[in-house]
Amino acid sequence: MSLDLSSYRDLMLSLLPELVLTGWTLVLLLFVAWRHHTVRDLRIAGGLTIAALVSTAGVIWWLWWHSTRVAGIAGMVAADDFRWVTDWIFLGAAGLTVLISFAYLEREQLLAPEYYVLLLFGTLGMMVMTAGADLMVIFLGLELMSVAVYVLAGFDRRRARSAEAALKYFLLGAFASGFLLYGIALIYGATGTTNVGLIGAQAGMMGSPSVMLLVGLALLIVGFGFKIAAVPFHMWAPDVYDGAPTPVTAFMATGVKAAAFAALFRIMIQGFAATPAWHDMLWWLAVITMVGGNLFALAQRSLKRMLAYSSVAHAGYLLVAVTTGTPAGTSAFLVYVVAYTLMSVGAFAVLAAKGRNGESDVTIDDLGGLAARRPWLAFALAVCMLSLLGFPGTAGFIGKWYILIAATSAGQTVLATILVLTSVVSAGYYLPVIMAMYMKPEPIEAAHVDVVLDRWGRAAVVAAVAGLLLFGVWPNRLLDLARSAGESVRPTVTAPTSRQ
Amino acid sequence: MYARWGLTALLAWPVLTALIVLFIPARLAKYVALAASLIEFALSVPLWWTFEPSTGMQFIVSHRWIPAWGIQYMVGVDGISLFMVLLTTFLMPLSILGSWSYITKREGGFYALLLVLTTGMIGVFVTLDLFLFYVMWEVMLIPMYFIIGVWGGENRLYAAIKFFIYTFLGSLLMLVAIIMLYLHAGRVTGTYSFSYMHLLGQASLLGSGAWWLFGAFFLAFAVKVPMFPLHTWLPDAHVEAPTAGSVILAGILLKMGTYGFLRFALPFFPSVALDPTVQLVIVVLALIGIIYGGLVAMVQPDFKKLIAYSSVAHLGFVMLGIWALTLQSVQGALLIMINHGISTGALFFLAGMIYERRHSRLIEAYGGLARVVPLFAAILTIVSLSSIALPGTNGFVGEFLVLLGSFRTYPIATALATTGVIVAAAYLLPALQRVIFNPLTQEENKRLPDLTPRELIVLVPLLVCILWIGIYPKPFLRRMEPSARQFIELVRPGATQSQPVTPAGGQP
Repeated sequence: MSLDLSSYRDLMLSLLPELVLTGWTLVLLLFVAWRHHTVRDLRIAGGLTIAALVSTAGVIWWLWWHSTRVAGIAGMVAADDFRWVTDWIFLGAAGLTVLISFAYLEREQLLAPEYYVLLLFGTLGMMVMTAGADLMVIFLGLELMSVAVYVLAGFDRRRARSAEAALKYFLLGAFASGFLLYGIALIYGATGTTNVGLIGAQAGMMGSPSVMLLVGLALLIVGFGFKIAAVPFHMWAPDVYDGAPTPVTAFMATGVKAAAFAALFRIMIQGFAATPAWHDMLWWLAVITMVGGNLFALAQRSLKRMLAYSSVAHAGYLLVAVTTGTPAGTSAFLVYVVAYTLMSVGAFAVLAAKGRNGESDVTIDDLGGLAARRPWLAFALAVCMLSLLGFPGTAGFIGKWYILIAATSAGQTVLATILVLTSVVSAGYYLPVIMAMYMKPEPIEAAHVDVVLDRWGRAAVVAAVAGLLLFGVWPNRLLDLARSAGESVRPTVTAPTSRQ
Repeated sequence: MYARWGLTALLAWPVLTALIVLFIPARLAKYVALAASLIEFALSVPLWWTFEPSTGMQFIVSHRWIPAWGIQYMVGVDGISLFMVLLTTFLMPLSILGSWSYITKREGGFYALLLVLTTGMIGVFVTLDLFLFYVMWEVMLIPMYFIIGVWGGENRLYAAIKFFIYTFLGSLLMLVAIIMLYLHAGRVTGTYSFSYMHLLGQASLLGSGAWWLFGAFFLAFAVKVPMFPLHTWLPDAHVEAPTAGSVILAGILLKMGTYGFLRFALPFFPSVALDPTVQLVIVVLALIGIIYGGLVAMVQPDFKKLIAYSSVAHLGFVMLGIWALTLQSVQGALLIMINHGISTGALFFLAGMIYERRHSRLIEAYGGLARVVPLFAAILTIVSLSSIALPGTNGFVGEFLVLLGSFRTYPIATALATTGVIVAAAYLLPALQRVIFNPLTQEENKRLPDLTPRELIVLVPLLVCILWIGIYPKPFLRRMEPSARQFIELVRPGATQSQPVTPAGGQP
């Protein structure tokens, strides 16, 4: 169906998923205002969250089924397959996070159901980001998401590291928002609009881009660089990922990152198709992020920190997909993010089961002998590690393969080569996890006795591992979906000169 | 029926049985695994008779897999892969039987991994789709990594990760090369497909890009062969791996490298492969492998390490034979690939058997074993002689054909390579002497039990093959000749017309 954004009815329809989720969030907020004391309240709140996520996904499915599109180009919101697919990814990431949160919150005595409210607000922010076809809307979504996640990072307020994480994230996040806003202001100054499509049209008419536009673009990329934790803007990531409660870390590594990337894709492809300068900027950002992230991760002993740095490295791989600027690159991003969400959540779920007190002290060697005690858990973590490594048979390989195809067909052979070489480096830190679990003895007697996943955590891990293996062997449906979504993000104006 | 399902069954059966082995009680694991591998062998035997040498690629099965990228499940066998598949299915039951008493912990996992490994190895040899090839190539890494890492010797973790990262590095660069070749062929022909036949011959228009792609393929395969100077993972992996791991590593995994050259690297990029500089580099590296491998083997105190370095030398002969591109040399190279699997496999079995008794791999720990364990000594002598390439054993036929065929193309290099045969005698015979002859000085060695019936069952099939190929290699040569000819024609069109047919091979 075609939407005319000048009519209220169609505007409401185009924002239906966000409205539904907002409604649910408010209901949940009301609920926790009355009931926020016992474990039972916490569980009910979690259940309500799941219901909210599922029903929102259903609404999106309905819109997707009717191929909802916006007529005209100058709307504030976009309605295309890219938005629906990324929405599903955010909802999936949030859903998996909820599943691994149940046991975690109870175990760590974080009996505050507001956690789920914040999670929903964060998800809502992500959905607004990917829906926005205007820099202001995107910024609005970004702030909504960020503020919720700042609080979530410090949710374990009794632990100093968690508070430190929240403060660090907040300060640097605010800084990044400043960059982003200033970039938007300069872009507005150069083009006279904040609408992504119109920016593209204006820049296309300009011929060679003005300095103001280029500086604005650079600041925009810096702002997003912070959010996606690209080297050299990644400094906050290890400490924040390390300090935050593990389910929150999983949410940050998957949902938050995916949302920032989704917005970046839309802005770059639709707004700056005529300004090829961003390809060079992102090219370098991708290279140093891949090299830096992988090398830093190699030096980590703590599993959680290693995963934090590995998430920096994966941001580098995703930047390769952005740099191509082609529909294939966008599709590759979607496939990769699906895989990355599954494998990250799986890994963090096992880590949450293993650790206590924030898990920052679980070293890789602490996993020694896990395979003998908890064979299924070890198997799940091994699959996640192999998938992170990009090993055939897992979804991580399909994602990496897609990025490689997209990069190579866009002529970025050097980038593809750097990607595979840094992937070899990553074997140096993913394999020791497998090695510890399967080939080393237990560090102390009965080290893994209390490593258990509850019913919901198990469901999350089973879903993640099954998804990884399924998409690794039979990715056709996912590829078709990603392809149509990738092709739906098109430059509104084609570049006057072909990019090099 | 067999033509349609044979190869698929060979690929599916081990994985299915691996799942069973994993979930039955550990004490039953080896029996089920042995039965599974014997059935697998039985499934593969009809290939030998139903294979029609003159038709080239056969038993082809093709099925869509990921149509979005032009990926299909496509398998087939020709005179080159036929023997690799048979060698794999032949060695697997022996490896399982050879691990019977060696593996005592986590048996279920071990035998399940061996079975998964079987699928991976057969997959590499039969696949005709480059995506599937890459998947199989990598998939077989994991079982081997676990076999070395969990059931290996003292330094197993280091050896396992070294093995993994060396292979991984080479193969990931090959991955980029495969994608580039695919995109190039897609642009030229308008059809995007990873099918082997589709990509064959497309690289000729690549220009200088072909050099990079060849380099990536070369690196992946050269690590696996292994060619000097990329061979350093091999001694570590061989020494640390349990017996079955060493046997499979030497017997089959190394052949994947040379198979890769035969199937992909040369036919895809003939213009690069025939470039004089490339030829020079590869022939020199092969020669270094032959002579340096032999010389290093000479000074090894560790018996398994000695065998490992002898592998470097043997595979050097294979590389020389492949690059010489004459019918005799290529057939010789193929034969050495088979022979090396049999002879070196047998040597590793023997090393493992004596290690189980004495718990030492050092040559100096033994001496005078001929009096204590005569059967063992006799078999070790025969196998060593076949590894040295004594006439009448399989080793001789292969190396003789390679030297004969290569002399036509590279006379000087071949003359130098001939010294490698002498070096082989110089490292194996003294070792043999120190192990089974010499005075019996060590007290522990005086009560070693001789080979058990189970161990004899492992070794006798290998001995039969050693003599069979040594005395009557014609069934082998006849089956591989058309494929070898086709390989040469792909790389250097018109090259086989002027050459005499292989003496032992006869006309097809």
